[in-house]
This record gives sequence, C-alpha cells and structure tokens, in this order.
Amino acid sequence: MIESDVFVQALENLGVNFFTGVPDSLLGGIIEELLTRKLYTPAVREDEAVAMAAGAFMGGKIPAVLMQNSGLGTSLNALISLNMIYRQPCILLISWRGFEGKDAPEHLVMGETMPQLLDTLKIPRRTLSEQTMTDDLRWVGQTVMKQRIPVALLIKKGIIKGLHP
Amino acid sequence: MQSRAQAMAALLELITDQPVIICNGFPSREAHKIADRPTHFYMIGSMGNAPAIGLGVALAKPAKQVIIFDGDGNLLMGMGTLATVGALKPKNFIHVVFDNEVYGSTGNQPTISNVVPLEKVAKAAGYVHVERVLDRDDLVYEFKAMLKKDGPSMLLVKVNEFVEDAGRVVHEPPAITARFMTAIE
Repeated sequence: MIESDVFVQALENLGVNFFTGVPDSLLGGIIEELLTRKLYTPAVREDEAVAMAAGAFMGGKIPAVLMQNSGLGTSLNALISLNMIYRQPCILLISWRGFEGKDAPEHLVMGETMPQLLDTLKIPRRTLSEQTMTDDLRWVGQTVMKQRIPVALLIKKGIIKGLHP
Repeated sequence: MQSRAQAMAALLELITDQPVIICNGFPSREAHKIADRPTHFYMIGSMGNAPAIGLGVALAKPAKQVIIFDGDGNLLMGMGTLATVGALKPKNFIHVVFDNEVYGSTGNQPTISNVVPLEKVAKAAGYVHVERVLDRDDLVYEFKAMLKKDGPSMLLVKVNEFVEDAGRVVHEPPAITARFMTAIE
C-alpha cells in the first residue's frame, strides 16, 4: 500500500499547491496528511470544490480536488460547463467506491458506470496502482497541463493507506 | 426600484482593477455591455458556483479584493458556499447579490428570495458584514464602505425585473480564462 505522506509529497513534487474536496473513507489518510501540511481547504459539495479549484487555478495555483465517485455526479455540471469549456486544468482524485460490485448498494451503479461516464465526458482517466504510481502521476501532470481540462486519477480501496488499515 | 443594470453600472464605476466574478445568465451579459474589462470573469454555465470561483481566486490571491456579482436564483442553488465562505472568512471577499426574486433568464419564474432573507443567511453562516439596500444612494454608500472593510461581506441589492437589451458575451470561454488570469496576475 502507498503511504499517504508519500502520495501527498509526490503530488506536491508535481507542483500541486491547492487542495480541496469532500471526504471519502478511502481518502481519509490523504486528507489527514493534507490537513497536517495545512494544504487542504474543505468544501461542502463537490461542484463547489471544482469551482473553487477553477478560481484557484486562475489565481495561479495548480489545484486538485478529492471526492468520492458519488461526487462526480454532483459536480458534473460544473465540470462540463465551467472547467472543461473554460480550459481550467484540475486534478480529480476520485475514490472508486462500488468497484466490482463490492460495496453498499448506493455505490453500485456509479461504481460500474464511472469509467464509461468519464470516457463519454472526455475526461481523461487513469487508475492508480502502487507499482505504477510514479508513471501514473507523471501522466496526470502532463495530461492536465497539455489538455487544460480536469483529469481523473481513480483510487481503489487498499491502494493508499487509510485512517483505519 | 432600480434595475440590476443600473445598480451594476453604479458599482462598476467604483470598481477599478479588482477581479469580478459575474454569475451566468443576464448578469454577465449586462456587465459585459456596461464595461468589458479583462478583470471580469463572465460565467455562462455552472449556475450557483460564482462565489465558489471567487473564493478560489480570493484564497490564491489574498492581496486582491475579489468581488462577486451574484443573483438570488444562483445563490439559492449554491447556498452551501455561504457556509464555506463564512467558515473560512476570507477578508478579501465582497459578495454582491442582485435580488429580483425571479429566474430572469428563463422567463421570470419566481424564486423564494421574497420570503428568504439571503443576507441574513449569510450573516448566520459567518459573513462579517451584511447589508440590504433598496436604492442607489444606499447602494453606493454601503459598497464604498465594504471596499474599505475586511470581509467577507455581502451586499444584497433589491432590483426590479427589468433586463437590459444585452447580447451574449463576445469572448470565447478559454479567452475569458486567459485574459482574466493575465489581468489579475
């Protein structure tokens, strides 16, 4: 498993310097690390988070937004009618709840359809793994600055050490 | 009661190089017609998110006083952001709400701001200064005062339903982003 501080440091090394989002249990370790480093601005909804990220980007920051994949549904209109059409890059760190149908009922439909949903929206995506973390993050950094739109890094259960291992 | 465009014109006379985030619908078109400045970020979608964009700018640029032009329908849609702003208390944040009590861009369907005092919601959420104004003299007086105070502040301006004959914003969205970024750098 990837340690949260290693993951956060890798993002910082990439130049990411504005973090916001809405928590998920799978992202608990990352958020705790970000709070320790005083890098995290909590949002109350995911559309608010991506809009804050858009503002921070225009103010000179490189932003990342953390969310559970249910929040992808909540933030959809902001992503497509703000970040995408205005060309505002943003790294989306999305926890993949409902992966392979092993989760609570409310996560199953999004868990199954999220990859197609992102592909339909033309939001580039990659799934994080411990072995390929360096490559994954390099790809995220290059893609987000080249395409200047939101880019998703999907985080499954058990990849990054959480609050309750 | 004054129109939104009249109120906006009065405020734009007092605003110089501050970043201004303008919500979607007619407000962006009207601001674009009254004074098209590179420091204006005109929204065409993402209804409800103007203060969230403004908050991102305010946090990234603490030395800039960020002004948001919002509407009652917009604010009701993204009301959670009042709490985020109230909790974070950015000093450089002035939130102007033009309240005409209708969704003007879709045919004047009523909002619920006639019975929900939005500036009181903002105050309860933690905004430092909030004012409700009805006429131009009060609008100018209170806005000038807010420009000199630490925020976050909300100025709720009651306006009528009149819509200025204003065309769409001529700039493409990526160009709006690029010139806004350069202007506030």
